[in-house]
Amino acid sequence: MTGWLDAVIQGILLGGLYALFAAGLSLIFGVMRLVNLAHGDLIVLAAFVILTLATWLGLDPFVAALLAIPIMFVVGFALQHVLLNRTLGRDLLPPLLVTFGLSIIIQNGLLQLFSADSERLRAGSIETASIALGGGIAAGVVPLLTLLSAIAVIVILNLVFYRTPLGRAFRATSDDLEIAQLMGIEVGRIYAVAMGLALVVVTVAALYLGMRANFDPTIGPARLLYAFEAVIIGGLGSFWGTLAGGIVLGLAQTIGARIDPEWQILAGHLAFLVVLVLRPRGLFPRAVD
Amino acid sequence: MANQPATTFRIARAGPASLAAAALGALVLAILAALPAFAGRELIQNLIFVFDMLALAQCWNLLAGQAGLISVGQQAFVGLGGYLLFALTIMAGLDPLLAIPLAGGVCAALAFPAALIVFRLRGAYFAIGTWVVAEVCRLVLAQVKQLGGGTGTSLPPAVTSGVIGIEGIKTLFDVRTPAARDILSYWVALALMAASFALVYAIQRSRRGLALGAIRDSEAAAASLGVDIASVKLSVYVATAAMTGMIGALIYLQKARISPDAAFSVLDWTAYVIFIVVIGGIGTIEGPIVGTLVFTLMQHYLADFGAAYLILLGTLGILIMLFAPRGIWGFVVERYDFTLFPTRRRLFVEQRREGENRRIP
Repeated sequence: MTGWLDAVIQGILLGGLYALFAAGLSLIFGVMRLVNLAHGDLIVLAAFVILTLATWLGLDPFVAALLAIPIMFVVGFALQHVLLNRTLGRDLLPPLLVTFGLSIIIQNGLLQLFSADSERLRAGSIETASIALGGGIAAGVVPLLTLLSAIAVIVILNLVFYRTPLGRAFRATSDDLEIAQLMGIEVGRIYAVAMGLALVVVTVAALYLGMRANFDPTIGPARLLYAFEAVIIGGLGSFWGTLAGGIVLGLAQTIGARIDPEWQILAGHLAFLVVLVLRPRGLFPRAVD
Repeated sequence: MANQPATTFRIARAGPASLAAAALGALVLAILAALPAFAGRELIQNLIFVFDMLALAQCWNLLAGQAGLISVGQQAFVGLGGYLLFALTIMAGLDPLLAIPLAGGVCAALAFPAALIVFRLRGAYFAIGTWVVAEVCRLVLAQVKQLGGGTGTSLPPAVTSGVIGIEGIKTLFDVRTPAARDILSYWVALALMAASFALVYAIQRSRRGLALGAIRDSEAAAASLGVDIASVKLSVYVATAAMTGMIGALIYLQKARISPDAAFSVLDWTAYVIFIVVIGGIGTIEGPIVGTLVFTLMQHYLADFGAAYLILLGTLGILIMLFAPRGIWGFVVERYDFTLFPTRRRLFVEQRREGENRRIP
């Protein structure tokens, strides 16, 4: 029994990580209906940026991540401004294929620079620290921080979206592109800011990805799939839905792993397919699309 | 009717160039079929790879370019086809030549439940959905211990050398068993490649093809004119699944070794294929031929550069998508209004000797 309860708790905590993966994807889709196939590789890229900063400057990963945040914001802004804005339009193919090409470029670029070796963000004693929850169950401090960060990120994103002029511009461009342009919103710049913001979230996700497990340049696509599944399970257009989707995915994986360790990933994918068949619009749908 | 017009008009699909191309195509096919009689083994092996990629590209082109179903999960059917070939030959003892079409049939049958799931996602989300399905296939087959689990398995020599027809080829061309195997695979690859062209051409010239074009241009307008969008898309998805499955079965008959990671590789069976179609010209039948030529040359001369080569492929793909989205063949068509596989009705004005062929909107 304890084993199952443990699986549930670990699943919820793992869900925090998946929600962080997914929040950036959800943000981009919400603002500009862009599905970024390079999202997973951008998470890995951010992890390598944090790793490089931490190694060069001898910093703690948390501090290195703080430094990586402005860097990744600029990367996102430039990526959208120079490349991705050109692909947006009525046709679905250009954004999909351009981000797919980008995914291959990032993956192989990282392979060239950092080789295929597994890396990890070393954070000292906090990595193994845990809090006893009683009944022989303990929750790791890093997983707990992951979930708390996911909640914080979602609260902040909601505040930005619904309480600031920038968020108003996000919602306006999302609702009606032409009218937003007529009202004097520079759509290209708004999109670039949105991508920059998404990569800030990606950097937070990368920090916890790198502290919780090993990573190497090839793991991006799998992270994209988890992020995507969390978004769809939760329902398009709602950040809290994305958190719920991440937790459902995390639960499915840890419970699957509890039955047979080899089934962890498969169980997550199957949970996604079941949700898709039973509730194609996700558990908490909001956007009509 | 007293005044005869000075010019006469004719509406047809084929122009002189396409008729010449049809004759040329038949000739090329005949030459390719006879090639094993004089070509060396290395050329035959290279051509098997070329035909496989061309056939896969034609299938993806039909899905994405014609039906607007952008899939990044076609490796699901390549892998399933390969694994079905192994299962049918090793476990059921079937002859590989029989197992290939059977694998295609099973892939078509499996495409129905897959469609039930992925068709709930639209546009870009459909793309990632197909990828998830491919991952599920990979993870499930990694659990099948009889087929080697996660590490994969090999075809026993008894299966690969016992294919019907190998003895005949050995005496016909006076070659050893391995060379005879290659020749047999070569013919199957040629047949599948030609079949993929025939499939795409037949679909495009049929009522289904018109419906596809209508859906691609405007789904709402097509639906309002009575096009059953779901059924048209489903039939294309299932047809390409069958074709892709057969190609996958052939690829792994030739390789004689399969593992989940290789069989369901998104890079080998989808990224390369997308690159071929995009470079050549998406939505045209001729595009994949051009794309395969470019890709084969690059693969031959640059593949040793590994990661740098892939970065180059990705960059080229992005540049083409941004600056020449119709690809190389699209450029040719735009410039010279020239087509080898006529699928559209055009207006031919007879008085002028050449050119001026205007398409009917």
